[in-house]
Amino acid sequence: MVRKAEPTVTEQEVWAALDDVKDPEVPVVSVVEMGIIQSVELDGAGRARVKMTPTFTGCPAIEMMREAIAEKLAELGLEATVEVTLDPPWTSDRLSESAREKMKQIGLAPPARHGGFVEMDLIQVVRCPYCNSDDTSLENPFGPTLCRAIYYCNACKQPFEKFKAL
Amino acid sequence: MLELTPEIRAALIEYLYGLADDELLVGHRASEWTGLAPILEADVALSSIAQDEMGHALVFYRLLEELGEGDPDDLAFARDAPDFRNAIFSELPRGDWAFTVVRQYLHDVAEQVRLEALADSAYEPLAQAARKILVEEKYHLIHDRSWVAKLGPATEESHQRMQAALDRAFPHALGLFEPTELEPVRVEADIAPPEEVLLKRWLDEVVPFLESATLQVPARREEQGWRLLVEPVYGGRRGEHTEYLETLLQAMQLVYRMEPGAKW
Repeated sequence: MVRKAEPTVTEQEVWAALDDVKDPEVPVVSVVEMGIIQSVELDGAGRARVKMTPTFTGCPAIEMMREAIAEKLAELGLEATVEVTLDPPWTSDRLSESAREKMKQIGLAPPARHGGFVEMDLIQVVRCPYCNSDDTSLENPFGPTLCRAIYYCNACKQPFEKFKAL
Repeated sequence: MLELTPEIRAALIEYLYGLADDELLVGHRASEWTGLAPILEADVALSSIAQDEMGHALVFYRLLEELGEGDPDDLAFARDAPDFRNAIFSELPRGDWAFTVVRQYLHDVAEQVRLEALADSAYEPLAQAARKILVEEKYHLIHDRSWVAKLGPATEESHQRMQAALDRAFPHALGLFEPTELEPVRVEADIAPPEEVLLKRWLDEVVPFLESATLQVPARREEQGWRLLVEPVYGGRRGEHTEYLETLLQAMQLVYRMEPGAKW
């Protein structure tokens, strides 16, 4: 439903609305939890400017997310411009704790926090999201989407996916 | 902040075409393996690499768009072979699996040394793109290195195929570092380093690694630096290409050219 422009919409309400927009490739996690929304600016006259930064530059979901964000803000009566920026670049350290928890629940191991040293993620033990065993091995640094790698759990004999560190 | 004089702008545009076209074509060649790679894991990997490289090409075409060169889709799909500035290396057919592995490895290391340098470029949009893409490329190198290390020494046949692939790829790969007319302008403006600097860093990395995989590399380390035992294959950065590019473009651009501007 598109309502008329309401200059009274607050920035907080916009962030709350954006928390309803899910990442199409990890549909339990919102774009806010993913850390891809950098800023929201309101001009007080019914227009919003949202800056987002892609996880991977070749991510095919960027356009879908732009449209979903604009549609969501239209529900608040806002006319939104969604800009894609690479500055500063997205890193997996921007994933919120809630995003990491939700990933585990769908069998997707979250990346380690690396503080800029991405190699940390490859050295560190990856815990199986199903049985919590640390006895796992990397099968393929590439998976069904750009943001996932494939691992195998030697304890419960299950392959699983991991969200890559960037 | 970098002032874009007409000369600097031209030097930047020339450079961005080289970057974008190399990514697009290597990505296209990788995509040719979708459904055909020797094992499923490799198929997934090559398809992802293809998607990454095309995404990177798009980033560079967007930078060209900002400089007034036109729509990224047109740049990728509506230009003719002489307008492409990729190294001939990037247009060579995918060949056998060994050639694919060797080319991807040589390409990805070249990209890594280039992007590491460009992360400090005085042209900030290019520096931002380089910093972002650099991290994504780490995963390509994990893949490439593991295949080179495995296939180099594995069996007599795999060794022979890898050596043959390297013999063919290496002189062409040197063409990635072909200097162009406007290079001094870029160096002066701190946009990009000289190609010979990148070539040295690339050789420092690839030669010892390939040798550790039992392959012979036509380059020797001497007191004054690297001595190349083969002639680089140049021309691509000036728009001189092989028939392979024509054939590739006919396939890659066919649909777009049937109905330019069609909405999907």
